[in-house]
Amino acid sequence: MRRASWFNVGSVALGLAFLYLPIVILVIYSFNASRLVTVWGGWSTRWYVELLADRAMLESAWVTLRIALLSATAATVLGTLAAIALVRLGRFRGRLLFSGMVYAPLVMPEVITGLALLLLFVAVDIDRGFWTISIAHTTLITCFVTVVVQSRLLTFDTSLEEAAMNLGCPPLKTFLTVTLPLIAPALASGWMLAFTLSLDDLVVASFTTGPGATTLPIRIYSEVRLGVKPEINAICSILIAIVATGIAGASLLAKFHDVGRGGIGGLAAR
Amino acid sequence: MNGAMNRRGEHDRPWGARLIVLVPYLWLATFFLLPFLIVVKISLSHTAIAQPPYTPVFEPAAGWESLKKFFSALSFENYAFLGSDWLYLASYLKSLEVAAGSTLLLLLIGFPLAYGMARAPRRWQPVVFVLVVLPFWTSFLIRIYAWINILQRDGLLNQLLLALRIVDTPPAWLSTDTAVYIGIVYSYLPFMVLPIYATLERMDETLIEAAADLGCPNWKAFWLVTLPLSRPGVIAGALLCFIPIVGEFVIPDLLGSSQTMMIGQTLWTEFFGNKDWPVASAVAVVLLCLLVVPIVIYQQMETRDLAGGR
Repeated sequence: MRRASWFNVGSVALGLAFLYLPIVILVIYSFNASRLVTVWGGWSTRWYVELLADRAMLESAWVTLRIALLSATAATVLGTLAAIALVRLGRFRGRLLFSGMVYAPLVMPEVITGLALLLLFVAVDIDRGFWTISIAHTTLITCFVTVVVQSRLLTFDTSLEEAAMNLGCPPLKTFLTVTLPLIAPALASGWMLAFTLSLDDLVVASFTTGPGATTLPIRIYSEVRLGVKPEINAICSILIAIVATGIAGASLLAKFHDVGRGGIGGLAAR
Repeated sequence: MNGAMNRRGEHDRPWGARLIVLVPYLWLATFFLLPFLIVVKISLSHTAIAQPPYTPVFEPAAGWESLKKFFSALSFENYAFLGSDWLYLASYLKSLEVAAGSTLLLLLIGFPLAYGMARAPRRWQPVVFVLVVLPFWTSFLIRIYAWINILQRDGLLNQLLLALRIVDTPPAWLSTDTAVYIGIVYSYLPFMVLPIYATLERMDETLIEAAADLGCPNWKAFWLVTLPLSRPGVIAGALLCFIPIVGEFVIPDLLGSSQTMMIGQTLWTEFFGNKDWPVASAVAVVLLCLLVVPIVIYQQMETRDLAGGR
């Protein structure tokens, strides 16, 4: 029998308050009528209206979204293959190097990855912009998908696959009709994690960007350096709303617990 | 490793299996490994401001002689430069100090939170879990930005402190180390909490009951049973926080002072401000050398987890 002790309830409540208070304050202040961000001037949606007229900001949002869709999809394919290789193929030549390359980006400081990728792009002399950011993001986020899919594969009941094979189902068909549907929730949450990470990235994008490809984080960052502005509060609140809706939507598709677990939880569940 | 899988992988789908490894392998080798080699090479080149290609130029087609010339022309002048300027050493030390300090803070805040989560009634655990994970999904940049709202001179924190008459004149929070620590702890908390929570949740509670039955007081059972069993989670959490924090750029740049920069900022200014790519590369290589030990430990843990099949 478990009793919730005061200490436990208190530490969870304080922890959650610490995590949520700044975000809640930010959202509330995005509805502030006053231009002075520190003075409350009543409720208003004027900053959201002004945002809609900001073409540069909308342009950035569109570029960011396209990069995130493309790199999350590519990363899901690559990450899933890597996870299958690591869990299912046992020993193969170069496995040590392979697993090293898979896990290193998880903890590698972004300034190093960003610099390294930029120097590669300069060395092969390709035009920097949309494609270079997409390649960089794919490289950066593949490892997260791998970790998520891997933890699903490790808890996976292989007797279903064996049954299919024993009944004469060829390996590729077994994979497509048995394995893939079973690991699909992990793929979905891996994709979502990859997508949000790409939306979020500032450092690697700053290194690998080129003319005409200013992503939303790069734009927000350059504005934020000049100080707090009500418009920025508004765009941040919109982004928070999108993410919250996305998570809520995913929770309707899968069990809420699984979604959380699939995300950063995949890291924890290891 | 699991023999059954291995066997199947070998004789049933040799080509499919090879492809499964090859595609991500090639991608990572091209876009992760190769770039690092280029960084190392450029860090050994002669300083030239934003003017690639840097000498010496690597020409494998020109044969052995040119290869020898290439290696003899490499220089360590950029590394000597890093050593000669106090600024870089101060930057590295500052980064290590901030990373160590904030990892400790994260442990002190994260452990009770993880413990509370793991001991919460079963029914509530999924809810609490999702609540802790959810902020991680919102943008990193936005979360730091939210703190600027609060910490600026006439921001909410100072308004609160003034209203409660705790202070008479509003203290400066932004551009201080305190702000950097707050920002880091805030951003990295899930990375610390979740690995610890995972080990605590898996822990066999009957061990605690056994200790209690044998007359062990609660605090002692915690010290002798819970804490040692949570060690893998604590180590994983600490590494998952410490390593990226050393190279952190955004948080110190937005919340910290410009007096002593962390190494991520130094690299950034060297690259974008001074446009000195060879020195920036040397900074990156040294940073990587500093982090290689913790990274290898982390990878060992990951690989061992995998081999153990949990």
